[in-house]
Amino acid sequence: MSEDVGEGARETVEAVYRADSRRVLATLIRLLGDFDLAEEATHDAFTVAVERWPREGVPANPVSWLISTGRFKAIDAIRRRARFDASLTEIAERLEASRPDVPEPDDDSVEDDRLRLIFTCCHPALTPDAQIALTLREVCGLTTEEIARAFLVPPPTLAQRIVRAKSKIRDARIPYQVPARAELAVRLDAVLHVIYLVFNEGYSASSGASVTRADLSGEAIRLGRLLARLLPEPEAIGLLALMLLHESRRAARATADGEVILLADQDRSQWNPEQIAEGASLVEQALGSRRFGPYTLQAAIAAVHAQARDAAATDWAQIVGLYDVLVRADPSPVVELNRAAAVAMRDGPAAGLALVDAILARGELLDYQWAHSARADLCRRLGRTADARGSYQRALELARQEPERRFLERRLAELHD
Amino acid sequence: MRYLCLIYDEEKKLGGMSKTDSDAFMGEYFAFTEGIRKSGHYLAGEALQPVQTATTIRVRNGKMSTTDGPFAETKEQLGGFYLIEARDLNDAIQVASKIPSARLGSIEVRPIMEFAKV
Repeated sequence: MSEDVGEGARETVEAVYRADSRRVLATLIRLLGDFDLAEEATHDAFTVAVERWPREGVPANPVSWLISTGRFKAIDAIRRRARFDASLTEIAERLEASRPDVPEPDDDSVEDDRLRLIFTCCHPALTPDAQIALTLREVCGLTTEEIARAFLVPPPTLAQRIVRAKSKIRDARIPYQVPARAELAVRLDAVLHVIYLVFNEGYSASSGASVTRADLSGEAIRLGRLLARLLPEPEAIGLLALMLLHESRRAARATADGEVILLADQDRSQWNPEQIAEGASLVEQALGSRRFGPYTLQAAIAAVHAQARDAAATDWAQIVGLYDVLVRADPSPVVELNRAAAVAMRDGPAAGLALVDAILARGELLDYQWAHSARADLCRRLGRTADARGSYQRALELARQEPERRFLERRLAELHD
Repeated sequence: MRYLCLIYDEEKKLGGMSKTDSDAFMGEYFAFTEGIRKSGHYLAGEALQPVQTATTIRVRNGKMSTTDGPFAETKEQLGGFYLIEARDLNDAIQVASKIPSARLGSIEVRPIMEFAKV
């Protein structure tokens, strides 16, 4: 009987660790004012839980129990070290004197701490690489080895990146807070950018043999969900929608042996209907706010694609309209290129080609493989085979991924004079 | 916490300003300095003479060498500094972003290293 109780308690500790260890960490960072100390304290708190919960029972509020246990453990640790370094005594006394606000279940303060942690990890004073590494480590709880493997960098390099970022947070005193209203929009952009980079790294690996690394995309979606719940700003909701709508096509976007399948040629019965439904409803919610931006607009475009039976049945006029708004909201040659492709579907390949050629004539996107493959495709449809061949070849020179190279080689071989 | 805001400008760009523009620019600096004195951020601040007045000193194996010019030739040159007291990096960034040269050149914000009193 007592063994069953013990077994149950151990399982509870594991479940609480999976669900709440990041919550405990986020609050301990605020209470202790130090990332490393808080990580140690979180670890110690769970170690004590493993010893005591099976004997004494699971506390009524496990999260607040873990937070106060972690805090006491940290003060103990500082006191022990203070025997060798007198300057630490003062820190220990200050921590002991500060009243710990032990959170109640679902207390807002714990949720605020999670948001503080996200904004601190994505602080623009840190390099983008460091923001990504720190967010995955501290907010998502991935191990250094897991992150290193996902980003194809040696673990010591990644570990060094995290150490440096934490030193900068401490030494330059990057505050542990959610930005004030006046800064929020800019700072939220930085957070959304980090999440989208993680998603894209998982969705289209920047190099190597595999086009997708599903784990990272899943992690980015979890993170996007958390952010949209904690801070339901339209663009946070729009980004979550965009990721879900892209993710819904994962099964259809490559063959079993990793060959690329273009949107128009994908088997739409393989698209994930739950993700499409959720993504589309989030898009509506974000658009309804009237304060939407580029992520919401891209998600709206993805939603129009997702709701079409096939490429021909797509509402291209609506897609061109959304690109018109997007070009104004977030002007970039890549957005213009995508708009050109949509115009080609609405008005025919000649209209699209004129727009693509105009972008290239400005000297933009000359090193962007998709500009050349888009141009090649339009020339092919217009029967301009020699031009198509030249552009496919240029795209091939620029392509880094094996499946993309094979796709372009196949397209080249299919051209007939 | 104290931060040093290092002000980098393109001396050529500043030198090429019309009298009216450069007077207006100096006026902005006076207003800015007045503002951070009032807000309590200001600890110290100075403008430097152009890099052509710089001398770089090195002592190696007990021998001193002096060279004409700055430590490093760069597109933007160190032209002045403010030493400020700020709550944290966000506060320091807010102050630094209002330094007039932030619009033309760049401001490097560096926390001051505090040594424990023995």
